[in-house]
Amino acid sequence: MIQVNQVNKTFQLGDQPVHALNNIQLKISPGEYLSIMGPSGSGKSTLLNMLGLLDIPDDGEYWLQGCDGLALDTVPMDEEVRARYRRDHIGFVFQSYHLIPRLTAAENIELPLVLAGIPPDERKERLQPIIQRLGLEQRAGHLPNQLSGGQRQRVAIGRATIMRPKLLLADEPTGNLDSHSGAEVIELLEELNNDGITLIIVTHDMDLGDRAKRKIRMVDGEIVLDKSREQEPS
Amino acid sequence: MRWQDWFHLVFSSVRYNPLKSLLTSLGIAIGITAVTLLTSLGEGVRGYVMDNFSQFGTRIIAVMPGKDDTSGMGGMLSSVRFLTLGDAYSLERLPHVDYMVANVQGSGPIKFGARSRNTEILGTTSSFQQAWDFPLASGQFLPVNRGQVSSAHAVLGQKVKQELFLAQNPLGKFVRIAGQRYRVIGVMQSKGSMLGFDLDDMVYIPADRALTLFNREGLMEIDVVFSAQTTSSKMAERIHEKLIERHGQEDFTLITQDEMLDSLDSILSLLTLGIGALGSISLLVGGVGIFTIMTTNIRERSAEIGLLRAIGTSRNQLLSLFLGEAMLLSFIGGLLGMLAAMAILLITSIFAPSFPISPNPIYLIAALLISGLIGLVSGIRPAWLASKMSPVHALRNE
Repeated sequence: MIQVNQVNKTFQLGDQPVHALNNIQLKISPGEYLSIMGPSGSGKSTLLNMLGLLDIPDDGEYWLQGCDGLALDTVPMDEEVRARYRRDHIGFVFQSYHLIPRLTAAENIELPLVLAGIPPDERKERLQPIIQRLGLEQRAGHLPNQLSGGQRQRVAIGRATIMRPKLLLADEPTGNLDSHSGAEVIELLEELNNDGITLIIVTHDMDLGDRAKRKIRMVDGEIVLDKSREQEPS
Repeated sequence: MRWQDWFHLVFSSVRYNPLKSLLTSLGIAIGITAVTLLTSLGEGVRGYVMDNFSQFGTRIIAVMPGKDDTSGMGGMLSSVRFLTLGDAYSLERLPHVDYMVANVQGSGPIKFGARSRNTEILGTTSSFQQAWDFPLASGQFLPVNRGQVSSAHAVLGQKVKQELFLAQNPLGKFVRIAGQRYRVIGVMQSKGSMLGFDLDDMVYIPADRALTLFNREGLMEIDVVFSAQTTSSKMAERIHEKLIERHGQEDFTLITQDEMLDSLDSILSLLTLGIGALGSISLLVGGVGIFTIMTTNIRERSAEIGLLRAIGTSRNQLLSLFLGEAMLLSFIGGLLGMLAAMAILLITSIFAPSFPISPNPIYLIAALLISGLIGLVSGIRPAWLASKMSPVHALRNE
């Protein structure tokens, strides 16, 4: 489903070039649960952004299979096509939620549907089960600043999954949460993974990283460890 | 994206910070108020002047002696003939002529008993009163001339009557106008002044007597009021033919009222446009205000822009959202400005009803359209910047 070949990415930081991605070779099958760990500046966020089509590699290939089952090399894609691809195939969860402060929880969740031009009746149909699953029935009409951190992150997850993407990318999803709400959010993400979504989490948190079935460790833009727990009894 | 959802998103972001939105719109509001008031004032003045000029109707042709064209051999061979009362009466007999008024004007002393006053003396014909619709207060106007020398009759303007006769009845009394004895046969009602010329401080006497009195050979002006069955150009042509026939040359000038009104109207319209343009400088300032706020907005909201890009908002959608915001802000400003202008106009009309001010709905609609346009123009660059932001970069800026 995901095939990354010989991908490089270099930033200019001051007068020093930083090799954020160095010859990355990666293959991810549908429905995998992956964690990417590593020290700050190791390129893990760059890798995630690249996988999420937010960032473009300098060279190499990135093959991504869409919902139609067709795999395409996304590197030469036009930015507008990438935006469409992100909307339809990829969900994002960020550390700082990134909710629109003036829209209610329900409106934030259905935002991708609105952008896709889906009529209100159908939006409501798709929104209802998600709000229930997130346990936000009482909070649907509230603005983000009236919600707790855990609730906000659940709204963000709702927004990331309402388009029924095949790939869910989470960048430090529990970074701003207390351990209790963090555990709830992780459970929710893992539930979604059990339903078949490919889940990739970037984190500093060892415990969280260890929960993934496949662990990738990055240092200085290189993948130094790619350990699958598939064979071990969990 | 459906247009209803677009509206909802644009409205929600303008409503989210009402004070900021209001302050942003304020510049446009002031600009629109200025433009609306100034153009209303211009229109009012135009209406006032036009009313003054056209209160005697528009189907009027004035004939004046002399021709200001310079022609070949010029002065030596051609001799300017005067416009005589004979000319005037010949014009009166042309088809479609409702009234002919012959005028000769001067000033002189008018005396009654021990009281004396210097006043305007208008030598005119009996049709003067009907032609200009000047109502009489008492008595009658000058009688129709039967072809011989008119009787020494005079009609007084209201002010002259009051100054000379106070509360007495002047009818039948004799006054001395420039030394000659005239019998008062009528008094006009007060008519006020027209463009600074006091119509009440005036004495009317028969034109032929005025010519002798002022020692003039020709009339100053013949006014022809014609019926609606003909056009002013056709009427002018007939007058032209008739006078050429009598004079043998073109030694007179015709001025049609509608020509005069047309040129006056275009001058005043230009003036309105000019002061409107002056007012729109403040609109420009308002536009700069929106530009500034939208530009800083986009910096402040770069995380939101990044998020919108990440979840797949296309560049055009982003552009239309930010443009919509700028236009809405500007439109709100326009609406507020118009309401303020209306309120000011209403207050003016209550406390100073005679102040010449008249709002033109076309200018109001134009003002609203312009405010929308200003929003569009001042929003283009910020919105374009927003749509060009790289998503990763925008997300990183928090």
